[in-house]
Amino acid sequence: MFDAFRTIMVRDLVLAMRRKSDVFSTLFFFVIVVSLFPLGIGPEMNTLRLIAPGVVWVAALLASMLALERLFAADHDDGTLEQMLLAPQPLFILVLGKVAAHWLATGLPLVLMAPLLGLQYDLSTDALRILLYSLLLGTPALSLIGAIGAALTIGLRGGGVLVSLLVLPLCIPILIFGAGAVEANISGLGERGHLFMMGALLVMSLLLAPLATAAALRVSAE
Amino acid sequence: MLEVVELECMRGDRRLISGLSFALQQGELMHLHGHNGSGKTTLMRTICGLIQQSDGEILWNGENSRKLGEEFTGSLTYIGHKNGIKDDLNGLENLQLNCRLAGMPVDRERAWEVLEGMGLRGHEDLPVRVLSQGQKRRVTLARLLLSKAPLWILDEPFTALDMAAVDFLQSVISRHVEQGGMVILTTHQEVSLTRGQVRQLRLGWKEDGNV
Repeated sequence: MFDAFRTIMVRDLVLAMRRKSDVFSTLFFFVIVVSLFPLGIGPEMNTLRLIAPGVVWVAALLASMLALERLFAADHDDGTLEQMLLAPQPLFILVLGKVAAHWLATGLPLVLMAPLLGLQYDLSTDALRILLYSLLLGTPALSLIGAIGAALTIGLRGGGVLVSLLVLPLCIPILIFGAGAVEANISGLGERGHLFMMGALLVMSLLLAPLATAAALRVSAE
Repeated sequence: MLEVVELECMRGDRRLISGLSFALQQGELMHLHGHNGSGKTTLMRTICGLIQQSDGEILWNGENSRKLGEEFTGSLTYIGHKNGIKDDLNGLENLQLNCRLAGMPVDRERAWEVLEGMGLRGHEDLPVRVLSQGQKRRVTLARLLLSKAPLWILDEPFTALDMAAVDFLQSVISRHVEQGGMVILTTHQEVSLTRGQVRQLRLGWKEDGNV
């Protein structure tokens, strides 16, 4: 079972390495969106510090939507999804492997880049650290929840927009607590509660999202 | 043994197949006939479990194939219209990957050997993207040489293949049948395989869509 998980994860990571444009487009989208705000708003430090958590989190949310569309669509197009559905392995394990690879390829670079971008907003080192933690807890949950939407929309035209419409509302709690954690740290209220809540959200999506995704795949593969 | 009992399949609002029953014993090859759109692919995908039937049952050794789940999918190899290989991986990686997913890992040497057997010598380590249609099909079909599954469901396996590959594939299929395997096959090509002692099933021969 673990072998199946690893096989799929390694496969998708190798594919991501051979097709780097998908990985980099997500990352650059994130970098550019986050960098546009200071340019548009101007160098008013207090304002920037205030909007930083929200801007970084919304950008992370949109960037992760951007990468979702291809998550299952590519496998559906070349028929490998069929073979996955017929493999004598639990489908949710395969889904988990795919999501893990997807996060490593598109989520993790974004998390690592975030503190650097946070500097533009004059965030303190402490706040940057919390931003990193909140993204580290939040982006895997975004990938997991997004996979449900991606699985439901395979084979549909204009699937990309539909994925966002389906998934973004579900991601609101993660956005609230993620940005909230950094804000709480800046205002001196303490970020622990927010981070614990995000941990809980991550565990919940880890348990439920792969099952929902597997069920969605079976429906839309017909 | 595979049994299909009173199967009914709907696509959209159309009833493609209704009241279809047959049994396939060990060592039997069944050739599905039917004009375009008569439901051959639908029937095959339903038997695999990719499409949910609207009525009837599919039994594998007397048990419902849906309930058996992975035990059933583990004993079948399905090759459909889509090749099921990744364009960015090479033939060797694709073959090894598919075998591992099917729960039958093969080592590099064996996979290499099989690809050479499929006439892909010198192309094993090229990304599948640069291969021709026929060569891609050969990479896909190489799985059959390594498959230990008793039931093969092959949807138009001969498309895009040249004469030599068709002959080779026929020998692979007949060897599988001789060894007690079961094969369900569709093809529009005239091949000697389907002329011998094989079961024939005609779909859509009458107006009502029955057998």
